[in-house]
Amino acid sequence: MAKSQIELKVNGKSVEALVEPRTLLIHFLREQLNLTGPHIGCETSHCGACTVDLDGKSVKSCTMFAVQANGADLRTIEGIANADGTLHAIQEGFREMHGLQCGFCTPGMITRAYRLLQENKNPSEEEIRFGISGNLCRCTGYQNIVKAIQFAAAKLNGAPFQEAAE
Amino acid sequence: MIPAAFSYHRPKSVQEAVALLAELGDNGRVLAGGHSLIPMMKLRLASPGNLVDLAGIGELKGVRADGNDIVVGAMTTQHELIASNFLADKIPLLRETSLQIADPQVRYLGTLGGNVANGDPGNDMPAVMMCLGASYNLSGKSGERRIAAREFYQGTYLTALETGEVLTAVRIPTPAAGHGWAYEKLKRKVGDYATAAAAVMLSMKGGKVESCSIGLTNVADAPLWAQEAGRILTGSTLDAATVKRAVAAAEAITSPASDTRGPAQYRTKMAGVMLARALDRAKSRARG
Repeated sequence: MAKSQIELKVNGKSVEALVEPRTLLIHFLREQLNLTGPHIGCETSHCGACTVDLDGKSVKSCTMFAVQANGADLRTIEGIANADGTLHAIQEGFREMHGLQCGFCTPGMITRAYRLLQENKNPSEEEIRFGISGNLCRCTGYQNIVKAIQFAAAKLNGAPFQEAAE
Repeated sequence: MIPAAFSYHRPKSVQEAVALLAELGDNGRVLAGGHSLIPMMKLRLASPGNLVDLAGIGELKGVRADGNDIVVGAMTTQHELIASNFLADKIPLLRETSLQIADPQVRYLGTLGGNVANGDPGNDMPAVMMCLGASYNLSGKSGERRIAAREFYQGTYLTALETGEVLTAVRIPTPAAGHGWAYEKLKRKVGDYATAAAAVMLSMKGGKVESCSIGLTNVADAPLWAQEAGRILTGSTLDAATVKRAVAAAEAITSPASDTRGPAQYRTKMAGVMLARALDRAKSRARG
């Protein structure tokens, strides 16, 4: 089967590549671009570990062909940190609030939270839980992930994070 | 999980897409948001030789009023349906339903056209479209035609869509101002198909039901329009005895499969429970 030429932006850099039409975006990112941050979890579009940001949308890169991303502006977990190399507020939140245990879901969680906070600068706890409902974590029970996102929202809004009383 | 090889096409117009599909025949398949088709391809339950991606066709996007109808382009995503204030104002049932479909990531790509054209009885929008009295615009080699949602579904993955046809838009009669609406869906977890779900549209006048339309999801091999249940409720005050009769009439037309979501009898009863809840909520929202 003839390969297709694709051109897209990945983490701010222009990329040109030849892909088989059946190549899934997650395989293209991991195997052709060596971006192994987005993980392959369930491979059935349930778990969200492969989440990337594509033209302002959170998408599951296991359920999209690389050819469909032709012309797109794409960001993976590798492109989330600030330009000076310091951690993005969401990454900092996950560290400070213990938002990860095994870490497998974390790239997808952070990439999803990144888009959620672009769309809703000050989400309620319920909105956070609804907003990350496409990302599964089997360790944390989500409590600290929610706190990590609350921490990030507060930091991005220039307000100190105050934990709700338990 | 790697799908079988295929050739990829990205037409720029409906005309081009229809010409391509006519040429490809049974060997071509339309790709919309891909969130039903790509999982099937990964499981090799589908292995089309050619995919015709509709993503590059601008005319298939967007929402517009057209006389007494509202027309939604087939490639409009669930996310866009949720974000549309125009739709939230005119047909709030669409936002309520979209928010119960899959999860945020899937809703960014999953389209209305894909949801209604796919023919999977688990999809939520088909019963909603039957409830709303919507129709579908289909484009094929021999031209355009329009078909009512209530006549479109024939069975699991069986619809009136002919080989080579593309569903281009969904046309919905604008509901009366002050109507009540609800979509009640029982599911085991986020992202699941319905164990049973019910869509209700009703309008009230002087405390009585003036009109009532009911759709049921995933309780037969195709979505259902519960016409008799709606007829029973029309003219009533939605009193308990009449609701009970309507629920029984709706349950009577279901024929769900026994599966991991529960035995058939349970799913039939849940369709009734969802309908009763949806009627309650629709009533609380209706004015008049």
